[in-house]
Amino acid sequence: MTEHHTLQVEGVTLAYGDRVVVDSLDLVVPPGRITAIVGANACGKSTLLRAMSRLLAPKAGRVVLDGKDLHQLPTKQVARTLGLLPQSPIAPEGIVVADLVSRGRNPHQGVLSRWSADDDAAVAEALRMTDTLELADRSVDELSGGQRQRTWIAMALAQHTDILLLDEPTTFLDVSHQVDVLDLLTDLNRERGTTIVMVLHDLNLAARYADHLIAVRAGRLHAAGDPVDVLTADVVRDVFGMDSQVIPDPVSGKPMVLPIGRHHALVG
Amino acid sequence: MTVQVAISSDAVARIVRGRRRRRVRRTAVVGVLAALVVGLYVLSLMVGNTFYGPGEVWDVVRGETVPGASFTVGELRLPRATLALLTGAAFGLGGVTFQTMLRNPLASPDIIGISSGASAAAVIGIVVYELGANAVSFVAIPAALGTTLLIYVLAYKDGIAGTRLILIGIGVDVMLRSVIAYVLMRAAVWDIQAAMRWLTGNLNNASWESVRPLALAMVLAVPVLLTQGRGLSLLQQGDDSATALGVRVERTRLVAIVAAVVLIAFATAAAGPIAFVAFLAGPIAARIVGGGTSLMVPAALVGALLVLGADLIGQFAFENRYPVGVITGALGAPFLLYLLIRTNRAGGSL
Repeated sequence: MTEHHTLQVEGVTLAYGDRVVVDSLDLVVPPGRITAIVGANACGKSTLLRAMSRLLAPKAGRVVLDGKDLHQLPTKQVARTLGLLPQSPIAPEGIVVADLVSRGRNPHQGVLSRWSADDDAAVAEALRMTDTLELADRSVDELSGGQRQRTWIAMALAQHTDILLLDEPTTFLDVSHQVDVLDLLTDLNRERGTTIVMVLHDLNLAARYADHLIAVRAGRLHAAGDPVDVLTADVVRDVFGMDSQVIPDPVSGKPMVLPIGRHHALVG
Repeated sequence: MTVQVAISSDAVARIVRGRRRRRVRRTAVVGVLAALVVGLYVLSLMVGNTFYGPGEVWDVVRGETVPGASFTVGELRLPRATLALLTGAAFGLGGVTFQTMLRNPLASPDIIGISSGASAAAVIGIVVYELGANAVSFVAIPAALGTTLLIYVLAYKDGIAGTRLILIGIGVDVMLRSVIAYVLMRAAVWDIQAAMRWLTGNLNNASWESVRPLALAMVLAVPVLLTQGRGLSLLQQGDDSATALGVRVERTRLVAIVAAVVLIAFATAAAGPIAFVAFLAGPIAARIVGGGTSLMVPAALVGALLVLGADLIGQFAFENRYPVGVITGALGAPFLLYLLIRTNRAGGSL
């Protein structure tokens, strides 16, 4: 790994029609680290990720990739640096796993260039990392939810981008598959130095797996930094409107949020 | 960025093997389809009131004068079979482009009103303005393009969603069909016959004059469409995923729509809206070649097979001769029901 690519958000305002969802937000993605974005429903975190992956053009401000405005760069060139796994991609009916993963090579192919040995190696590597090599010739339609999500991640890995954005990669997965996916992303970060940015719902998993935690509240950056510093009872109350206790997670030592709620707390 | 690929050659070999196997299978299937098209095409040249053997047909094609055959094969059967081949391929290709792009077999141009747009213009041309065959074709083409534009504009809201476009298209289709019905109701009897012949889709008036504009349109539009094949396949994963893989979504869609509508419009102008060919070719091709690769070439071949086969059936299978559109309509309607039932169960795509 030579130099990391950089991604930052400068005074970005995002809106659907007249409805402003994100309001002049700044953030810098730490290169070579894992960043998790958390926040309440409809706080604008997924919208922010869409802008960071050029799916949504900002009303004001800009997203900057390696010093250049992301929305001005040719989309295929961006696709060689920045990968994205959207929340619910659609697998074409009848496609087999290896073919779907092969589609990740698209940004590396010209109009006329043939499929190369490098492409095969990249696909095989992606399948191995995601433990889907055994599924290579199976139809994606037949896979379980966890296998399918690993296949989509494999496609993003085959793309060989230095930065990978993921929109709620663990949704619809049971807890063991959630941990599998996050372990896999950590492997990717450690083995390849890939910069990872993901929107996550589960605060405790976010705190455990992220090096850098970003809390978004009502379209603004509320707090950002090491999870140990960011995830406090005060921040949880501000961001989610919920009382909680935050204790060190006995497994990892990272902060763990325990919601208090109205009924079962031993101490009021 | 360079990545040290430390991966066993076993795994790579396995990937390569699987890919080769699928490519060989696909090539074989496409080869068989192409052979069937050629076979049916040649058969259409041979059979009729008088049977001519392959030798005589070949002589005519080479330009030699064969008594009887030169006229029957050269002036009647050859343009008819060629028109069947080209309209079938054009409908198949145009249909599968829409179906792939909008991830739904119901998004075919003959379901979402584009063919009706061409038909409405043609019927008005015949009945109200008493246009001849060539002039009718000439108004059908801009009408198809205009209808597409109308549907696109009505359906556009932060991009194009397949379902909304299909529903709006079906609405536009109904509207245009009622225009057709209204015009026909007010028409003189002899105009109705001319209009109905056009509306059913038939190859009885096939001549080199009707083949030529379609052939020219295909020479222009087919290569353009084929260059969009990979982008269109990636669009099946959703706009977001396609963008992430470097596809210029709106541009790909625009180029593909224009090229596909040109094909549909010229084919409709040449032979009328032959029912359900655009709708059937893609899903049939998908079942034959399997998913995950571009369906354009297989769908074009299936479309050609459908029209060539249906025209042979329409001409010779029954006591009366039926226009090709009647046969494809009889095949297509049950398939539409089957797809609707299946879509309801699985929420499927192609």
